Amino acid sequence: MVEFTLPANSKVGKGQTYGAGPGATRVRRFRVYRYDPDSGENPRLDTFDLDLDRCGPMVLDALIKIKDEVDTTLAFRRSCREGVCGSCAFNIDGTNTLACIKPIADIKGDVRIYPLPHLPVVKDLVADLSLSYAQYASVKPWMQADTPPPTHERLQSPEERAKLDGLWECILCFCCQTSCPSYWWNPERYLGPAVLLQAHRWIVDSRDEATGQRLDELDDSFKLYRCHTIMNCTNACPKGLNPGKAIGEIKSALARRR
Amino acid sequence: MDMRSPLGRVRGLGSTKDGVAHWWAQRVTAVALVPLTLWFVVSVVSLVGADYAAYKAWVGIQGNVVLLVLLIVTLFHHTQLGLQVIIEDYVHGEAAKVASLMAIKFTVVLLGASCVLAVLRVSFGT
Repeated sequence: MVEFTLPANSKVGKGQTYGAGPGATRVRRFRVYRYDPDSGENPRLDTFDLDLDRCGPMVLDALIKIKDEVDTTLAFRRSCREGVCGSCAFNIDGTNTLACIKPIADIKGDVRIYPLPHLPVVKDLVADLSLSYAQYASVKPWMQADTPPPTHERLQSPEERAKLDGLWECILCFCCQTSCPSYWWNPERYLGPAVLLQAHRWIVDSRDEATGQRLDELDDSFKLYRCHTIMNCTNACPKGLNPGKAIGEIKSALARRR
Repeated sequence: MDMRSPLGRVRGLGSTKDGVAHWWAQRVTAVALVPLTLWFVVSVVSLVGADYAAYKAWVGIQGNVVLLVLLIVTLFHHTQLGLQVIIEDYVHGEAAKVASLMAIKFTVVLLGASCVLAVLRVSFGT
């Protein structure tokens, strides 16, 4: 049935506070979600005051500074630090985004950093994305063609190639996926915006020959049609993509072939 | 305890291959409701303050009774489609879900049939 209250172990308690140290000039407060499954304790919100004059400009710089200089036990994923790997996706200031390309200066008040919403938390800011990864695998995100491969590349006209723009740029950070209320309600049965955008990327690929089977698989009241055009996905995407539009185009393709 | 792999869980029972039918029906009924509702509102406004005999005369016109019955059927069909989505979104226990979906369908058919019958009785009654 519908759950109106949080499970007891989801209640976030008050954590520790770490000062900016003496001589700090431009202090900014960071409130970071902490959870350690081994401790058996509830999650807590730690407070870190950092001197922005001794910290890089992005939220990820602050997290790295905390891990390097304040609390080495803080766990989070990061890699490229330039918005192409999709590792450092967190809920920052109430919106899912990439910490590496989110300027601290863009945030008013305390900088609140939580893991991506509505996923099991492995530790601190590390969320378990296994289900979303499996959903991505389930749409067969690779070229399917029965025509024997040509001796050269599979050719595409510039117009056909242009259809992939706005789709191929997705870095699978799952900011959109985990911002979607419909995905929160039915994570096991609704594929979610990130996976549907990827599915659309293969549906519109002129070189792919499995378009019909791909649409067959999506023609399901849960896999695709749980999208109620809430548009949190498009609002969250740190790459400026539009998963909501991609989902709309899948729906219209299914309507066209009726 | 769920020991299946994430991929197994996600593939689940597979695609029903009928999602588009529900979605399309929702669009078609929504589009149909636009002119029907406008016509209904205009008609009711033009009859404001009229007595039973005036309403009865209005419902007695063949075009009006056809549109009124269509409005009722479309409206309740659309209502059922929409409420079904809400139940599927929020109710996760299988028994509660099936029971609420059935209850909604029965209620909507009951209300719709009652409305249609009422309109026909006034229209054809003496």
